[in-house]
Amino acid sequence: MEHFTPVSGLVGGLLIGLAVTLMLLLNGRLAGVSGIVGGLLTPKAGDTGWRVIFIVGLLLGALVYALAAGAPAPVDVLAAPPAILAGGLLVGFGTRMGSGCTSGHGLCGLALFSRRSVIATALFFGVAMLTVFVARHVF
Amino acid sequence: MASGIPRTLAALACGLIFGLGLAISGMMNPAKVVGFLDVAGNWDPTLAFVMGGALLVTIPSYRVILARRRPVLADGFSLPTKNSLDAPLIWGSALFGVGWGLVGFCPGPAVAAIITGLPAVFGFVAAMIAGMALHAWLSGELILRKSSSSDTGDATPNPR
Repeated sequence: MEHFTPVSGLVGGLLIGLAVTLMLLLNGRLAGVSGIVGGLLTPKAGDTGWRVIFIVGLLLGALVYALAAGAPAPVDVLAAPPAILAGGLLVGFGTRMGSGCTSGHGLCGLALFSRRSVIATALFFGVAMLTVFVARHVF
Repeated sequence: MASGIPRTLAALACGLIFGLGLAISGMMNPAKVVGFLDVAGNWDPTLAFVMGGALLVTIPSYRVILARRRPVLADGFSLPTKNSLDAPLIWGSALFGVGWGLVGFCPGPAVAAIITGLPAVFGFVAAMIAGMALHAWLSGELILRKSSSSDTGDATPNPR
């Protein structure tokens, strides 16, 4: 079912890199999605508008793709409902506790050569691979 | 907080390009992400090409941008100031890894996938926000609202 798509992967990755670049060049900020969303839950004056607008942009980008391609990008959630809810809770809590997610640590932090982000990225990739291994090949 | 409108438009453009990139890359699909994480199965290396493509841009561009005195539309760069490998970083990243592996969604793709209208996506995003709120509530109680979170996407201004 899943097949290797290196070209669209690379093109999408270059666009994400462009978005992360523009965010630092124009607004002086890192484009970490967990930080941008999570910051809305601890609002500070003058610091919420751009977060909401970034999220609107994220949705618009996915929508533009859907309009151009005639259908939204495929989204197959294979996990069962209890795993979806547990996974969501862990992703939300963990990214806030660990100060970042795949974009914040994995893209911005690595580009900054941040020691914290290198460790965080290695950890969440390693633990996610272990989780998939246990879920798929042990049980 | 001057020049609010250009900065808001910049945030909109960045979000839009980011969302378009996620959709094109295939990373909005948790099945494809799990296909990368499943190194013992029918491995799909696409995610490495997405991260590689993004880092190919950001590693050189960050060097050039951070050599500037300030960003184009803001007074200073807002970068994380923490450098220590503390317990929250380790535990938080590990918990995130478990959740990411269970479903295949990390925050960016999950939010972008809302446009599909799938109940599973709404369920995941609602639980994710609840997890973030739980962390905000617990840390607010524990550090008495000192708001010392130096987040990778949410840091105190650091004018250079």
